[in-house]
Amino acid sequence: MTGVVGAIVEAWDELRIHRVRVLLALVGVACAVTAITGITAAVTMFGQAMQEQNERMSGRDTTLEAWSMGPAEAGTTPAEVDAIVDAVAERHKISYHSVRATTDLAVRGGESGTYVEWSAVDVDSGIITRQDLEAGRWFTESDAERLAPVLVVNQAFLDAYADGAPVTTHPKVVLEGESPVAATVIGVVPVQWNDEGPRALMLFDQAVRWFPDRVMADSYRFWVPPELADRFAEVLPRDLAAAGVPFDVQKPMADALVIDRVLQYLVLGVGGFALLLGGLGLLNIALVTVRYRIREIGIRRSFGATSGRVFFGVLMESVVATTVAGVVGVVIAVAVIKNIPIDRIFGRPLDDLPGFPFDAALVGMACAVGIGALAGLIPAIYAVRVKVIDAIRY
Amino acid sequence: MTATPLVDLQGVTRHVELPDGSTLEILRGVDLTVGPGEHVAIVGRSGTGKSTLLNILGLLDSPTSGEYLLEGEPVGRLRSRALARRRGDDFGFVFQQFNLLQGRTALENVAAPLLYARGKQFWNRTRLATRSLERVGLGARLDTRPEKLSGGEQQRVAIARALVRGPRVILADEPTGALDVETGQAIMTLLDDAASETGAALVTITHDLAIAARADRQFRLADGVLVPIHLDAPAAVAESTPMSESESAGIPA
Repeated sequence: MTGVVGAIVEAWDELRIHRVRVLLALVGVACAVTAITGITAAVTMFGQAMQEQNERMSGRDTTLEAWSMGPAEAGTTPAEVDAIVDAVAERHKISYHSVRATTDLAVRGGESGTYVEWSAVDVDSGIITRQDLEAGRWFTESDAERLAPVLVVNQAFLDAYADGAPVTTHPKVVLEGESPVAATVIGVVPVQWNDEGPRALMLFDQAVRWFPDRVMADSYRFWVPPELADRFAEVLPRDLAAAGVPFDVQKPMADALVIDRVLQYLVLGVGGFALLLGGLGLLNIALVTVRYRIREIGIRRSFGATSGRVFFGVLMESVVATTVAGVVGVVIAVAVIKNIPIDRIFGRPLDDLPGFPFDAALVGMACAVGIGALAGLIPAIYAVRVKVIDAIRY
Repeated sequence: MTATPLVDLQGVTRHVELPDGSTLEILRGVDLTVGPGEHVAIVGRSGTGKSTLLNILGLLDSPTSGEYLLEGEPVGRLRSRALARRRGDDFGFVFQQFNLLQGRTALENVAAPLLYARGKQFWNRTRLATRSLERVGLGARLDTRPEKLSGGEQQRVAIARALVRGPRVILADEPTGALDVETGQAIMTLLDDAASETGAALVTITHDLAIAARADRQFRLADGVLVPIHLDAPAAVAESTPMSESESAGIPA
């Protein structure tokens, strides 16, 4: 106990005495640790932003996409197919699933040749795809029972068919068909890309009620626990086929995650190289300091310092120094990362803003301690090999 | 029944191999016993092996042959870790050039050996170091760095450092060599008194016969051979040890 404490006290005293030289070497280490920690954290946050973006397009982790393999048994309507899928989902206790149907509806008014991108979905689709709204609200279960359809549209749709009326005024549009119907706009979704055309979403149950012949249930999305995704990918198509509705179930691609990982390794590699350079600077200083301190080491041996204690003491000087530099580096990284304007960089705030990743801080500290041990090793070996009587006379 | 001596060298030799392959004999069959609280002085010319003998006594070096018994225990059988421990526990060193740690205050210098102690000595090191400095009259210079102290004060710090762990043996290598005569006498008085107060044995290596004369017993080391001398018989000394006029002048009448 006293040996370890003594070595640390001794190491700290040495750092205090040689603080200017050590400080210069440690600036490099602290910067490298800041880079490694900060970039590791930034990549984690960037990954979260990418994932949220990805989930808006393809659904949350893990969303299985079931694509229709062709017409169902003769005489089966889209509503009946939907009921079969609902029953299968319920049997497997899948809490969130949604149809993604396309339809082709004309809207009264607007400029000629304007095409509306229609989607018919279930209420769960909003949760599965993290659907956020610029104004108004998303569908609720009770909307399916309303006597007139309700729509969630983008601003381009409002501009084209409702003279840009705000959603708070409950703008109405007329959907053309065999029996035209007035639909109320209840929410506005953000644009997905620049110059996006009119886009509208309708509840699937309402779509099949008013336009049964113009709705095609192309696919279904099932949000399942990631660990059960493989099992459901096998079970769902089998059960659906058995019920007479053939679907092919695909798992989402993992490309985004792979890119994240490659980016992280790349950045860690660059940070690691910077740390190595910082460590070499420290090694240089440590070696010079040890040569300068040969007599002192001899004197300490006369106090009863064992060779192990001398080795540990010199090693600890380097480790204590880089540990302090590591703490400084991590603190700077936390301060920088916490103040990054995520809204401005990603264009929108994160739904689930991750805290500063503890892993990143651990990686930074481990790198700092590791480089300290490596930089201290050679001077420590040198210090132990010095003959005591020669050292005292040095 | 004779008590076991604290330090007992029996036929100790020390040889070193020179780069040309020849052997240099530094010590030849040295016999020396030092009892608890005894003051011993060793005189001799430069290069006669005095420091080598002191290094062997302080467990900093090992004999080539012969036996070194520390309180009856052969030190040749001790491993390096045990040797270091006994060196720290039992010996205090005072060097000619003081060998204070640069950049540290007087208090930190005196506390430094206690970093290698255990138990209470380790945890109370600041208090013990303060007390040791007060004992040598430097209670008011605790936070002064060596470069701001005079030679005599630096040697007093070194003495405080040598005493701080309560050693059984104090080994002083030319303790007055870097000081003027008056300061040297004052330092030796301090060292003698401190050793007597603590009951530690004192082995002093010196060129100065006046300093050596203060010891209970004196020895002369010449050509690696240690022989007892009596400094109240200067003719005997002069006969076998050619000395400078200044050295001879230091021999008490």
